[in-house]
Amino acid sequence: MVTGETLKAYWSKNRLYMTVILLIWALVSYGASLIAGYLNSFVVFGFPFGYYMAAQGSLVVFVLLNLIYSVKMNEIDKKYGLQEEE
Amino acid sequence: MAMDAWSKQLRKIYGVYTGVFALFVIALWIAEGMGLKPTYIGYAFLFGTIGVYAAIGIISRTSIVAEYYVAGRKVPAVFNGMATAADWMSAASFIGMAGALYNQGYDGLAFIMGWTGGYVLLAVLIAPYLRKFGQYTIPDFLEARYGGKFPRIVGVIAALLVSFTYLVAQITGVGIITSRFIGITFEVGVFLGLAGILVCSFLGGMRAVTWTQVAQYIILIVAYLIPVVAISYKHTGVPIPQVMYGQALQTIETKQAQLKNDEKEIEVRNIWKARADELSGKIKALPDSWAKGKQELEAKLSSLPVGSTERASVEKALKDYPKSPEEAKEKWTAAMKEAQAMSKPPRSYVQPPADTKGIVNFLALTFCLMVGTAGLPHVLMRFYTTPTVREARSSAAWALFFIFLLYFTAPAYAAFARSEVLTNLVGQAFSSLPAWAAKWAGVGLISIKDLNGDGIIQFSEIIIRPDAVVLATPEIAGLPYVVAGLIAAGGLAAALSTADGLLITISNAISHDLYYKIINPNLSPSTRVKIGKALLLVVAAIGAYVASFKLAIIVELVAWAFSLAAATFFPALVLGIWDKRMNRAGAISGMIVGLLITGYYIIGSRFYGMDWFGIKTIASGIFGLPANIIIALIVSRLTKAPSEEIQKFVDNIRYPKGAVGAGAEE
Repeated sequence: MVTGETLKAYWSKNRLYMTVILLIWALVSYGASLIAGYLNSFVVFGFPFGYYMAAQGSLVVFVLLNLIYSVKMNEIDKKYGLQEEE
Repeated sequence: MAMDAWSKQLRKIYGVYTGVFALFVIALWIAEGMGLKPTYIGYAFLFGTIGVYAAIGIISRTSIVAEYYVAGRKVPAVFNGMATAADWMSAASFIGMAGALYNQGYDGLAFIMGWTGGYVLLAVLIAPYLRKFGQYTIPDFLEARYGGKFPRIVGVIAALLVSFTYLVAQITGVGIITSRFIGITFEVGVFLGLAGILVCSFLGGMRAVTWTQVAQYIILIVAYLIPVVAISYKHTGVPIPQVMYGQALQTIETKQAQLKNDEKEIEVRNIWKARADELSGKIKALPDSWAKGKQELEAKLSSLPVGSTERASVEKALKDYPKSPEEAKEKWTAAMKEAQAMSKPPRSYVQPPADTKGIVNFLALTFCLMVGTAGLPHVLMRFYTTPTVREARSSAAWALFFIFLLYFTAPAYAAFARSEVLTNLVGQAFSSLPAWAAKWAGVGLISIKDLNGDGIIQFSEIIIRPDAVVLATPEIAGLPYVVAGLIAAGGLAAALSTADGLLITISNAISHDLYYKIINPNLSPSTRVKIGKALLLVVAAIGAYVASFKLAIIVELVAWAFSLAAATFFPALVLGIWDKRMNRAGAISGMIVGLLITGYYIIGSRFYGMDWFGIKTIASGIFGLPANIIIALIVSRLTKAPSEEIQKFVDNIRYPKGAVGAGAEE
């Protein structure tokens, strides 16, 4: 039987992941856009870096964030005994 | 592990399908080499692909409620990811996106980030919990979480508002694609598209839509990648456009810097400037200037002999002349804005907006698009169809990956096209236009006019319409016509798949949320499915009827849909899951305030010159969204906490395991 304590711990862990992920999400999109002019002074593989972040870099990070969130949540589902039966 | 066997079988089916499609394309390529006419290649692609969708639609027919509304909740994560990606990417993403980037440079990237970043919000804040809730629609969730019929009704209204405008835009897209590629009229194209949409959804509801969307995703992504891979290989020798277009960016920046102080360019820019001033004068003098212009044309017409070529051109000018002073204002303002834009030297392609207002708008638009994406009912609905919460999470990750493949590539399309225009078009003689430019100029997608009469093409003499970039790339890369046909099939797949998702959302909102849940709860399951199917027909017909008017406002309406979704659904859903204290009064007042403020600013800024902090109409949700959240939080804290039962409900959707009633199938 899953207790109220377990549920609370599970949810606060989830909230932590959510906060960290959305923080990174905001940094690579809004943060990088705000200083895009400055970042453009660096050129990586022919790409001005500020442009690169908005066109590709942030997208790659978004995909990774979703992947990591999915893996991490599966982990804590198991850890707290909350995974679904198939 | 029945799921594993099922996934394996699906992988096999779609693997074979992809192989057969590749053979089909190769066969047509060989046939083209042997002299098959382009028109027939176009027919083969359109009817061949629609035929496949129809076959899938028929195989997936059903009259079971859970199958009809949520595809039996057994769509594995990868496949739901593909279906969501097809559901999401519209004709505009497929054909127009790259062109918008071509024209807007850095500014256009708001769409690239906005339409992908929203999936992070969706995956983390909403999707897994909707799956745990496990009903059929978004209004279902609003009623269950907030209690009573009123939240459901607000949800239905917002869903209809958002989805219908979007649907009309997709049907218009289908009409344009079919008419352009097989040379039928727009109206017939719309009708054909309607048939294509209905074969995917009518017999099998969500189940049929899901499996056709997977098939459509495969076609659209292959079609999108081939031309740009070819052009990357041609320009750089490496067939990975996403890595190689950095070189194109540098070419663009160098060439544009050279053009800045080029004398001939300045000459052309001054011509644009004079034209803009003239139009601005005419707009100020309305309605007299409109009447005067009309009289002049009529006088000229009567002075010319019947049958002369000059007379024909005046007749055409008169036919195209604005019908009323209001129309004149609309048309002339658009022309003036274009002339003003062309009168300026090209802005750097890679630098962000230089002024604060530009940056604020860029950020606000990105934000509205992200949040709006996470609040669109037709996308949210897809997350009811996975077997488990875990699969819902992983399917959100897959969906973003499949969407990413296209958006990650779009900037490469734009950069290669722009570098091609700057190196191989600018500076050429008008008498020796490259074949691709001549072809697309012929149908009005590219406009090249020798404004200063020197016989040489200046950059400021070229206007590229957004659709031209993706459509012209196969020819720029020197690919056979079969690739152009493939692009048409891809664009059609993108438009049909989105239209289907929307159609089923609208029909469910009416049949399930309005009729079954509010008006007549005693319907038998089979009658519910029948009503749903009948509504599909009716809504599709109304959508096609509205699309046939080709209203210019449709494009803007779609952009507003994001702001509206962001300011209504998103907060109600997120707060409903993450804030246990949120209650009915709070959610409803939030949604209403969000809807009103956003609607007020959309109309005010679009039609009455309203201006709050310089925010453009397209990012109107930036005011409604925070207003919604603040009002919802304040009102909920001032009113009674939700009942014990509701709090239990929130617990239930938060944790993957454990049931408190919800999620039971019929």
